Amino acid sequence: MKSSLIPAVRLTIVLILLLSGVYNLVIFGIAQIAPNHGKGEIVMYNGKVYYSNIGQSFTEDKYFWSRPSAVNYNAAGSGGSNMSPFNKDYLKTVQARIDTFLVHDPGIKKQDIPVGLVTASGSGLDPDLSPAGALIQVPRIARVRHLPENQVRALVHANIQRPLFGLFGPAKVNVLKLNIALDKLSLK
Amino acid sequence: MRLANKSLFQKDIIGQALKQSIVKLHPKIMFHNPVMFTVEIGTFIMLCVCIGILHGQKSQGTFGYNFTVFVFLLLTLLFANFAEAVAEARGKAQAESLRKTREETPAKYIQPVGEMYVNEMKIIPSSQLKKGDVFICEAGDIIPADGEIIQGLATIDESAITGESAPVIREAGGDKSSVTGGTKVLSDKIKVEVTAEPGESFLDKMIALVEGSSRQKTPNEIALTILLAGFTLVFIIVTVTLKPFADYAHTPITIAAFISLFVCLIPTTIGGLLSAIGIAGMDRALRANVITKSGKAVETAGDVDVLLLDKTGTITIGNRKATHFYPANGIDEKQFIRAAVMSSMADDTPEGKSIIELAKQNNDSNFISFEKKAGMKFIKFTAETRSSGMDYDNHRIRKGASDAIKKLIEKSGNPFPAEIAEKVRSISENGGTPLVVSENESAKGVIELQDIIKPGIQERFQRLRKMGIKTVMVTGDNPLTAKFIADKAGVDDFIAEATPEDKMDYIRKEQTGGRLVAMMGDGTNDAPALAQADVGVAMNSGTQAAREAGNMVDLDNDPTKLIEIVEIGKQLLMTRGALTTFSIANDVAKYFAIIPALFIMAIPALQHLNIMNLHSPQSAILSAVIFNAIIILLLIPLALKGVVYKPVGASALLRRNLFIYGIGGIIAPFIGIKLIDLLVTFLVIYLK
Amino acid sequence: MDTEISGIVCMFVATLVISFPLGRYIAKVYEGQRTLLDPVFNPVEKFLYRISGIHISREMNWKQQMAAMLTINMIWFLLGMFILMNQSWLPLNPDHNPGQSPDLAFNTAISFITNCNLQDYSGETGVSYLSQLYLMFLHFASAATGMAAAAAVFNGLKSSTTDKLGNFYNYFIKSITRILLPVSFIIAILFVFNGMPMTFLGKDTLTSLQGAIMHISRGPVAGYVAIKHLGTNGGGFFNANSAHPFENPDYFTNMVEMIAQMIIPFAMVFALGFYLKRKKLAYVIFAVMTLGFLLLVIPNISMETKGNPAIAAMGINTSAGNMEGKEVRFGAAASGYWSIATTVISTGSVNSMHDSFMPLSGMNMMLAMMVNCFYGGVGVGFLNFFVFIILAVFIGGLMVGRTPEFLGKKIEAREMKIALIVALLHPFLILTGTALASYIYVQDPSAYAAWLNNPGFHGFSEMLYQYASTTANNGSSFAGLGATTPWWNISTGFVLLFSRYLPIIGPVAIAGSLAAKKYTPESAGTLKPDTATFGLMTFAVIFIITALSFFPSLALGPIAEYFTFH
Repeated sequence: MKSSLIPAVRLTIVLILLLSGVYNLVIFGIAQIAPNHGKGEIVMYNGKVYYSNIGQSFTEDKYFWSRPSAVNYNAAGSGGSNMSPFNKDYLKTVQARIDTFLVHDPGIKKQDIPVGLVTASGSGLDPDLSPAGALIQVPRIARVRHLPENQVRALVHANIQRPLFGLFGPAKVNVLKLNIALDKLSLK
Repeated sequence: MRLANKSLFQKDIIGQALKQSIVKLHPKIMFHNPVMFTVEIGTFIMLCVCIGILHGQKSQGTFGYNFTVFVFLLLTLLFANFAEAVAEARGKAQAESLRKTREETPAKYIQPVGEMYVNEMKIIPSSQLKKGDVFICEAGDIIPADGEIIQGLATIDESAITGESAPVIREAGGDKSSVTGGTKVLSDKIKVEVTAEPGESFLDKMIALVEGSSRQKTPNEIALTILLAGFTLVFIIVTVTLKPFADYAHTPITIAAFISLFVCLIPTTIGGLLSAIGIAGMDRALRANVITKSGKAVETAGDVDVLLLDKTGTITIGNRKATHFYPANGIDEKQFIRAAVMSSMADDTPEGKSIIELAKQNNDSNFISFEKKAGMKFIKFTAETRSSGMDYDNHRIRKGASDAIKKLIEKSGNPFPAEIAEKVRSISENGGTPLVVSENESAKGVIELQDIIKPGIQERFQRLRKMGIKTVMVTGDNPLTAKFIADKAGVDDFIAEATPEDKMDYIRKEQTGGRLVAMMGDGTNDAPALAQADVGVAMNSGTQAAREAGNMVDLDNDPTKLIEIVEIGKQLLMTRGALTTFSIANDVAKYFAIIPALFIMAIPALQHLNIMNLHSPQSAILSAVIFNAIIILLLIPLALKGVVYKPVGASALLRRNLFIYGIGGIIAPFIGIKLIDLLVTFLVIYLK
Repeated sequence: MDTEISGIVCMFVATLVISFPLGRYIAKVYEGQRTLLDPVFNPVEKFLYRISGIHISREMNWKQQMAAMLTINMIWFLLGMFILMNQSWLPLNPDHNPGQSPDLAFNTAISFITNCNLQDYSGETGVSYLSQLYLMFLHFASAATGMAAAAAVFNGLKSSTTDKLGNFYNYFIKSITRILLPVSFIIAILFVFNGMPMTFLGKDTLTSLQGAIMHISRGPVAGYVAIKHLGTNGGGFFNANSAHPFENPDYFTNMVEMIAQMIIPFAMVFALGFYLKRKKLAYVIFAVMTLGFLLLVIPNISMETKGNPAIAAMGINTSAGNMEGKEVRFGAAASGYWSIATTVISTGSVNSMHDSFMPLSGMNMMLAMMVNCFYGGVGVGFLNFFVFIILAVFIGGLMVGRTPEFLGKKIEAREMKIALIVALLHPFLILTGTALASYIYVQDPSAYAAWLNNPGFHGFSEMLYQYASTTANNGSSFAGLGATTPWWNISTGFVLLFSRYLPIIGPVAIAGSLAAKKYTPESAGTLKPDTATFGLMTFAVIFIITALSFFPSLALGPIAEYFTFH
């Protein structure tokens, strides 16, 4: 036992140095030459740093709303609702979100509301909306911000990220970037 | 004495088996079969439930329902026991009928006085003969016990055992020195030493094996029992954990439902039939007149990779036969044939006899006389002259191998004709054996002897090849002849000029390569090879040593029996596999019967799982339990007869059996349970 | 084609294309053949051997192999307990996270040495960076343990007769230096260039555009996530695992993570073929695994993209699918694909919340873990499949009229016993675990209300899923289960210990026992394991054993849930 224990201990120590230490330091080093220096995706606006891939809560009418979040966009405690699809309480919550949306966006047909806008994401930090999820909010934004609808719609279209290589995965709109662009548009 | 009766269920056997089925309910006996033992526990619990209901217990449903479940669980046990009992009874009946012939035969026992045997005879019953005792048998006596002739020679009628009516000769010292109890001496007198203690002869051992007193589970049976025990355990876990699951879902489940679920899921079909299959395998061997010393031997036979077969008797008919007379140039054919006949008149070997026979066929004009006449002086074959023949008047007629006759002729200054030498060569090349006949030291012609390959033997070897078995011909012939016959018969390999050591070496070589070897033998010098072979089949006519060394004894002394034995072994294994598959595949349908039945009262939505649309939870559970019991009964004939073996290659065989027993095993219970449900529902409504 | 579907097809095809040559390479590594990068690896390995005093030329029998494995795993466990319980004062804790309680540390340490990575804590608050780095080491080490065991089994299946299966440390170290480390490195680089953080700074604080204060957790994520997937570990850096935008920033990283977690399980099957020179056998095994995978994944993709009928009934547009718990950047299809990929192999990372999947999707994920050998975790997936092969060979062998054999070695009572213990252990642990939890819950539903995020059948599914995940060393959860309690920490901890080591020891013991047996060459009468028929037979055995063991429990969970709402 002893004879096999000591090599195992030594091997463990040297492997920890290699795998926890050297491996990470090398990647860390390489990350420094990456666009955002290994700090995630960063956008600067008004001199402030934002993480474009961490979603933010947007609930005011003048912004494109982000998706509901089970953790209220707490980026230090991510998570989903973990509600089962037929849970009665959950279905009530969804119904309430639909109602809320209809109150804030009068004139929108119920059957046009995309499901993403009334369901919480897995991380609670989903930075994106589906293009439909953004486009359906255009009338409200235009009304609140007193902008022409087609200008806002064009802004959304400009912010749609195509699928990877145009081939793989869904199209999406980054809500933070869209809202920053919106703020910039309003400032003009 | 192959039993002519092919019916599986004779009346007396059934009676005996029915009695045994109840005796075998004893927990101590049941315990050896873990699957059925758990069923027995379940049955007992159901009995308690029934008693409880009679005493006013309300929560478990009606007495009638619970009692019916109890009855069918009991029947499940009885059917399983019945299967085993029938197999036992059949085997026993078979063995008994063999044994009966030699029970209580009077034996002419020779009393030893001191170290010497004094020829003082005493008549004692055969059952008192011990190993090492010596007895005497004369014409008309039934041989009282298995033994070895130590003195004398006798013709013996072995028809009681082999069914072969032609008497055989047994004599001391040779390879044919064994006698079997129950056979009858027709002529002469022999002194025989008993070779087995009473109750330990092969037949006794066989009967004990069948009766179960000494039946040990074979390795494969053990492994399969482990598998089945494993499945049983899984379902114990499934059933036990279902209780808290059901409590969580607020679904009360009755004891009857739990036990039915459990019993239907565990592999009772194969569990109930497993030992019957094993016994039936030995029984089938016995029906082929092969006595096996253990169940394992039959199983191993299924695995055999290499078969060592004696040429003579297996591949060729008996011995070589004369097929042609080739006279030398200038010699009249008739004259040559006459000389050939004369040279063979005293030749009692099969070859000699065949020359006479061939001559008789050519004797259209009755030119030859086959009578022995006074004055004929017969010359016997000796190792020195390597020729035989006769002297008559002034004719010295000799017959022998060409080199022996050539020497004889050239010694006297006569030439050995070139055309004769040429003929000799061409016959040899074609797998024949040339014999040259000379008269007064001049060559008269050549007789061609040919091995006659048994009709249909090529097909048998092809069949073996498809089974993946390599056939090896063992012969004393020279390599040239051996190769010719091997090619013609279609065997894969041959051992020419085989000595017992050659056989032994060959077996060892194959075994080192990981192959299992089967062989058949009779002589004492075969004994080591028989012992070395994985399946050694000794001929009953063989020496005691050979019979001890092998793990099977063939009562028919039929060398082709090996092939049959291999198929019996394969059938045994296949039957196990097929019924295991069937048994497990059955569970799918049973789940669809029982699971909805357990839950639909509390969770009506699960009615969707009731795809058979069974009438009610109770009828569903009953149907499954009844099906489970009846299927055992229905499969007894299959278990006893065995699954049909077809030599079509392993993959095709697997496909076929998977289709029949796997897919069939899934579908059959859906139909069966539905039908039983209709019947049960009808009965319940009708009775009300 | 729909871009969501083409994305999935691309992932599968890419996995296949990469794993085939990788399999050949792995076979070479375990055979000790020369490979291209020998000049790089040889000195590193020599250094490791010298420092640790290991002699890799010493061949071990199966018992010595397993003793070595258990010894070194025990060291990792003790060290893990120490670090996790004392992380509050140890270095590299910029967020000042507290030390773990003993039961949580017990669960976490076991969970990571066993390649399960069940996480009863959340990554942002439950561990320090030092702990994360140690867990990263365990990602490598536990994966290499499984691979080393598989290599020993490969060795035991060779036709020669021996009781030696090679050297455990040799396989272990080479699995790390030649396979896991270089591939992880490449993947990590891909990640840092695609928005994944690799930093040792603590939480960032900022004010959102709308004016709320946000705390943003970060860390050395890229290095961690690379080996987390390559080693089929699955333990997330953050609570939301690969649904978290830092742990899986976009569709590209999603593809890379998906491919990374599947290549070694794929490649190990091909490696078997190359190693034993029985490529056809590998193809048959791979085909059976793929058949099982497709039968589970296709319904899931279909159900998730169809969406939740209860929400559709509210009259809104559910064409995007069942989006509760899913991220827009992945979509329902890729989430459905991931849900089965991560459960058939024992990764257990998630890019969407499994608890919110449709009931039958949830059932398929559970089935994937109940089978646990359709590809399976690195190394151990093949070991589990091997056990089913033994069972199939036994029944199939009988059906062709021979006593059963696999690759020329007879399967007898001893092998059968071991195979059955391993095969039985799986349903035993899942069902008894769930039964005990159900029993406790039923005693006082109000006291344990916090356990179950959803009532009724789905609550039962949450418990069943938890034990299926634990027993399969998977680590994903129906995360609605409130598992941070002593009962769950301790019970799943013990389940993990049994379900990790016995299913490794069992197959290695079988291989050891087979290796010592005589080799019988194949004949026309031998059951050939490299045929489609035998493949189907194996599939049937897997299907039947799983279905029979779990049908009642699934009927009371997802199936009842499904039918109640349809």
